[in-house]
Amino acid sequence: MSAAPSSPARRRILAAGSLTLAFSMVPAWGQGGKGGKAKLPGSLDKAPMLDAWIRIDAGGRVTVYTGKAELGQGIKTALLQVAAEELQLAPARLSLVTADTALTPDEGYTAGSHSMQDSGTALRHACAQARDVLAEMTAQRFGVPAASLALREGVFAAPDGRRANYGELLAGKQLHLRASPASAPRLPAAHTVAGKSLARVDIPAKVTGGRAYVQDLRLPGMVHGRVVRPPSPGARLLSLDVQAVARLPGVLKVVRDGRFLAVIADGEYRAVKAAAALAQAARWQMPAEFPGGAGNAALVAAQPTAQPETILERGALPAGPMLRASYTRPFQLHGSIGPSCAVAQLVQGRYTVWTHSQGVFPLRAALAELLGTDKEQIRCIHTEGSGCYGHNAADDVAADAALLARALPGRPVRVQWMREDEHGWEPFGPPMRAEVQGALGPDGRIAAWQYAVWSAPHNARPGKAGNLLAATHLEKPFAPPPAKPIPQPEGGGDRNAIPYYVLPNARVVHHFQPQAILRTSAVRSLGAYCNVFAIESFMDELAASGRIDPVAFRLRHLDDPRAIEVVRTAAARFGWDAWRRPDPRHGRRGRGFAFARYKNLAAYCALALEVEVALDTGWVRIVRAVAAVDCGEVVNPDGVRNQIEGGIIQSASWTLLEKVRFDDSQVLTRDWGAYPILRFGQVPDRIEVHLLDRPGQPFLGTGEAAQGPAAGAIANAVFDACGLRLRDLPLDRASVRGRA
Amino acid sequence: MTTYQLSVNGRGHSVDADPDTPLLYVLRNDLQLNGAKFGCGLGQCGACTVLVGGEAVLSCLMPVAAVGARKVRTVEGLGTADAPGRLQQAFIAEQAAQCGYCIAGMIMRAEALLARKPSPTDAEIRRHMAPNLCRCGTHMRILRAVKRAAGSPEGKA
Repeated sequence: MSAAPSSPARRRILAAGSLTLAFSMVPAWGQGGKGGKAKLPGSLDKAPMLDAWIRIDAGGRVTVYTGKAELGQGIKTALLQVAAEELQLAPARLSLVTADTALTPDEGYTAGSHSMQDSGTALRHACAQARDVLAEMTAQRFGVPAASLALREGVFAAPDGRRANYGELLAGKQLHLRASPASAPRLPAAHTVAGKSLARVDIPAKVTGGRAYVQDLRLPGMVHGRVVRPPSPGARLLSLDVQAVARLPGVLKVVRDGRFLAVIADGEYRAVKAAAALAQAARWQMPAEFPGGAGNAALVAAQPTAQPETILERGALPAGPMLRASYTRPFQLHGSIGPSCAVAQLVQGRYTVWTHSQGVFPLRAALAELLGTDKEQIRCIHTEGSGCYGHNAADDVAADAALLARALPGRPVRVQWMREDEHGWEPFGPPMRAEVQGALGPDGRIAAWQYAVWSAPHNARPGKAGNLLAATHLEKPFAPPPAKPIPQPEGGGDRNAIPYYVLPNARVVHHFQPQAILRTSAVRSLGAYCNVFAIESFMDELAASGRIDPVAFRLRHLDDPRAIEVVRTAAARFGWDAWRRPDPRHGRRGRGFAFARYKNLAAYCALALEVEVALDTGWVRIVRAVAAVDCGEVVNPDGVRNQIEGGIIQSASWTLLEKVRFDDSQVLTRDWGAYPILRFGQVPDRIEVHLLDRPGQPFLGTGEAAQGPAAGAIANAVFDACGLRLRDLPLDRASVRGRA
Repeated sequence: MTTYQLSVNGRGHSVDADPDTPLLYVLRNDLQLNGAKFGCGLGQCGACTVLVGGEAVLSCLMPVAAVGARKVRTVEGLGTADAPGRLQQAFIAEQAAQCGYCIAGMIMRAEALLARKPSPTDAEIRRHMAPNLCRCGTHMRILRAVKRAAGSPEGKA
């Protein structure tokens, strides 16, 4: 560490209290940091004080903080690795506190594959800066240059052998310093913890029955609530006889507020039975409000559409015949295996809510509005739930629990939705339709590309009470706030609607639909799933029209070297060029390829896969899949592989099986029988994930990279196997059987 | 309420419960065991799988009154985080979990298989595990973990 005087940095140290130091900071710290106006890395920009991210007690115990939440994606482990690397401590010596409105920075939602960019980047820089401040303190104490210090396991050693550890340097004080725009994280080549496959810290408890989930919370005096939902969104309550239910064993309270009906009982199964009795005791009238049985396209057509927005206009579309196709997606579920759950308690006007919400701070704001209290009177503590894959019912059940806690002050109330609640009432992934036209030029390149996508909102997350299901059912209901499209470059329904290919003449239009017939919100990858399915299907249709190999065709339209490398890697590792169709006596086999860069600004993923189509049953199964992924610098390679493998399988399930069905008044797919998902019999023989690590490059996230490409590659492989081009999701047995 | 004598993970318990209460709720709430999970209450997902008399059973469907003298085993009975059993060890080694909510049920179903058939084929494992759902898409790792616990060289690849 060479020295250059930096008075702002020194002032920051002085501001920390008695940590008076006469030292200079590394030169990078002085750059661009005038008055803290320059943008700070990741979420440091929103929470710039170092002690919001790292605190060290007098005993040297280090706790790091994140506003992001563990959703089963392994973020806790990856963030610990990032912090441990900079602090030069074994990850096991660090504690990590995740999203909690009382303790952690507000990092909004844990969504959009943003956690490593936002929180990983913030922690990397906060910990690097903390470490460097501690190094300077040690240097000053020993009268040696900071650069002469060796750091190991949180202990600085001077050349003469004198030592100082983090705990004694700070002696219980905290680094209440404003972060600097620049810092000096450890060089990737020197990494010992980051970039390695550290075993997930949460897995041992999960495989041994440890307390791992909000479902496992058992607080003293806890009681159990269950909500009885209307049979349909528009159902009107005609009559309700609560007397019989109130007399059932163990029932403590029956709650009725408008169409919000609930029971609280002293035992969980008693609450379940009382809720069933309450449902029996209610008489409802269900209006016919939906286009029951409508196909995907008719359903999208039935929804109102806002003014279209042109999100890409390039070159001029030449006259002449174009190839044309349209692709659709139905309503689909998040489908958590564990129905949503929350525990809430009201004590002396203050609420505590244990929730698996993806955004504890926005949830707190919505609850404050719902409960008519100040948000400072509510603490939301993220407690892991079953995987959510987006905005599922986590926030809704937190609202249920809070309303029941208000009805029974003092007692912690645990509410877990039943399977039919989750299947029937979670916010669904919206139906979409994409219409594509394209033409090849004489050079075998795409001369014209025209794309339009229609989609209902992909974001109805709280922030407002009206985003919470229960709030819309109260006697004095809160109206859902008007939905707004998520702007480019990330986009919502138009996420990945702009192809990542070089297209000199192209036009892309987004038709935002402000309201779906059923409540919709974010499902993992949002519109990218359907847009990449459509674009990658159509790329193959265009390639086929020119008799061009699908991989060569994609490479012809790519100019980003990182994109080219994932495409080449996936094709090579799959053995694309050498692939020969196996003997059809063993089933029809076909191969398919797809590529996308998530949001056109995050992770690159290319996928080659082989499917087997059983023509008699219509059953499609991926035999093997080979993915190549570039997600920038990789912190935990096995964690990335786990996410990509899971993304491929989850997307295969969406793509081959999943569709919410409804009649003219209600959702019909209320369990796993009516809404099946992939089971072991249909999973691939083999999945390979090849990572193209980019040490020193920004983190790009991985949780949503594979879903779109998997859908496109499956559709292309089905076509290759049996000549059937399927454009309406899901590509289920009924669409294949007897048609190929 | 009726009093039931249950043998769970080798220990005797006396439990007061309504006779129709599914075993799942007794395990989770009365015995405070977290392993078996509520997933559907309909016998469709396997998150609640435990062993009753050595058989894999969907505890969300089995009334506590139907357990009788049969021994109940949950994932807690296989080992602890410090001393995991062979399947638990294999799931850790393969990092065979994402959210992990389904995993205790997966492990108990696999336990029933390995007790009956110590070296199952891949096809046998897939068939046997079919009642259990995973939504994160961790299937490939789960299959590898079961093979690893069975001592198959493929599982250690």
